[in-house]
Amino acid sequence: MDALMNLLPEFWTATGETLYIVAATLFFGGIGGLIVGLGLYLTRGGSILENKPVFVVLNVLVNLIRPIPFIIFLAAAQPLARSVTGSGIGNDAVIFTISLAASFAMGRIVEQNLLTVTPGVIDAARSMGAGPIRIIFTVLLPEALGPLILGFTFIFVALVDMSAVSGIVGGGGLGNFAIQYGYRQYEPVVTWAAVLLIIILVQLVQFLGNSLARKALRR
Amino acid sequence: MSVVSLRNVSKSYPSSTKGGATVTAIDSVSLDVEAGDIYGIIGYSGAGKSTLVRLVNALERATGGEIFINGRDIVGLPERELRKIRLGIGMIFQQFNLLGSRTVAGNVAYPLEVAGVPKSERVARVAELLSFVGLSDKAASYPDQLSGGQKQRVGIARALATSPSILLADEATSALDPETTHEVLALLKRVNAELGITIIVITHEMDVIQTIATKVAVMDQGAVIERGPVFDVFSNPQHAASARFVSTVVKGVPSASELAVLRERHSGRIVTLSFRDTAVDQSEVFGEFVRADVPFQVIYGGVNEIQGRPFGHLTLALHADDDRVDAALGRVRLLTTVTEVR
Ligand SMILES: Nc1ncnc2c1ncn2[C@@H]1O[C@H](COP(=O)(O)OP(=O)(O)OP(=O)(O)O)[C@@H](O)[C@H]1O
Ligand SMILES: [Mg+2]
Repeated sequence: MDALMNLLPEFWTATGETLYIVAATLFFGGIGGLIVGLGLYLTRGGSILENKPVFVVLNVLVNLIRPIPFIIFLAAAQPLARSVTGSGIGNDAVIFTISLAASFAMGRIVEQNLLTVTPGVIDAARSMGAGPIRIIFTVLLPEALGPLILGFTFIFVALVDMSAVSGIVGGGGLGNFAIQYGYRQYEPVVTWAAVLLIIILVQLVQFLGNSLARKALRR
Repeated sequence: MSVVSLRNVSKSYPSSTKGGATVTAIDSVSLDVEAGDIYGIIGYSGAGKSTLVRLVNALERATGGEIFINGRDIVGLPERELRKIRLGIGMIFQQFNLLGSRTVAGNVAYPLEVAGVPKSERVARVAELLSFVGLSDKAASYPDQLSGGQKQRVGIARALATSPSILLADEATSALDPETTHEVLALLKRVNAELGITIIVITHEMDVIQTIATKVAVMDQGAVIERGPVFDVFSNPQHAASARFVSTVVKGVPSASELAVLRERHSGRIVTLSFRDTAVDQSEVFGEFVRADVPFQVIYGGVNEIQGRPFGHLTLALHADDDRVDAALGRVRLLTTVTEVR
């Protein structure tokens, strides 16, 4: 317990870093996921922007990247992270890599959520003269909003999970804190404190996501 | 000038399996819909009805022929142009296809937003449309809070928002119970009569055609096999497929199984007489049998009315020797249509 008390400043810093990494990756990965998911949905056969080559490329990319264990992906994508963020290590590189991985994971979820929108509603919008951009923003996304919120809530947990291994490339956060001060220093209380905080964080977000989704679904 | 005019229009889909034959959904259809028509298109599932209406507002692109909307050929027009044309063609659907994320008012406002109508005008127009379909009190409700009939009325209000000259209805009542069906059909009649909108109604129910259509086309395997004023097609269908549809609503013609029963019960020759309009004096027809000394029995029959014009069928068993029956039938044939059912 004393060890934890002594580490409190580091603990709060680590918490702040986790929140920062997760918030940033939720933002960038969320946008990336929407783009990938919309891309998959819109270019598939019979959809409004049907385009077989684009669909096949996206689909293969998603299928290839999604199953890669994140800790390997983190190492493999390091050169790319370096060329984009200027450094292969640290929080920015971690944010980049998580966002990239999350885009593909989220893309599949977004695609599946969009597929729940009845095709007839899109026909109706088209019959009223709406074009593809308008359909995306006034039909597809609003109609799928409830499931999308649940999808983002689901991916949030994955982001917390991914951020935990960021320590290996010099990123911070609660995962790194637990390993460095808890596991390596044989202080289980420190580890458990990090676990507890992560559980609380995930529960809060899950609750928030559920209630927002309920509101969007009006039930 | 026709409001909608199809000239040898075809639509085929590439086969779903590699190297398979293409699917011809529409096979060289020509059709003219005049201003003010309620044009019914009937056919069995897979006949190509939905494909045909979706060609009219270019939700599907024709693979051959010409489609004139108010005189303008839309085949081959760029998507951007088609969107403008679609503002002038409303459409309603079997599954209503309302936006679940929007209120009733929001749904009706949607096409106005697409058309770029300013907000203040939109509000007024939405109120006017909801009052027309009798749903003013539901403006703030969401579609999942409405009954099927109410949903379709919202669909109609939405389809009328941009004051189109044409309304397409694809199985608009097929998901509704009979009572609600008649409410919605009555509303469509009002749309036609009060707003002067030309309506194309797709259905597989002859009852719908009988209730509102002025003209009808019968489709089978992608082609129009018969067309004409509803009265003509109903009272005297030319094709077997049309006759089968007609028999679903027109009472008076015995089905094959009913005929078998009738033949068992009644001796003598059996004939069906068809009367159209009031042109034929029935008493004169019966008089011929009496004069020829042919005793007869009415064994089946019915009189129908389409758009206020009656027509009917009577099936008689004739009890006399062949010579006398033939003589009587010869004279009756001059008065009306006779079908001998052996
Ligand atoms: N997108 C498509 N791809 C391939 N074939 C299609 C497509 N749409 C329709 N078809 C085919 O075209 C034919 C006509 O279909 P359509 O939906 O127009 O029939 P319908 O008369 O409306 O039938 P229903 O009463 O069941 O709605 C069918 O054989 C159908 O399989
Ligand atoms: Mg259909």
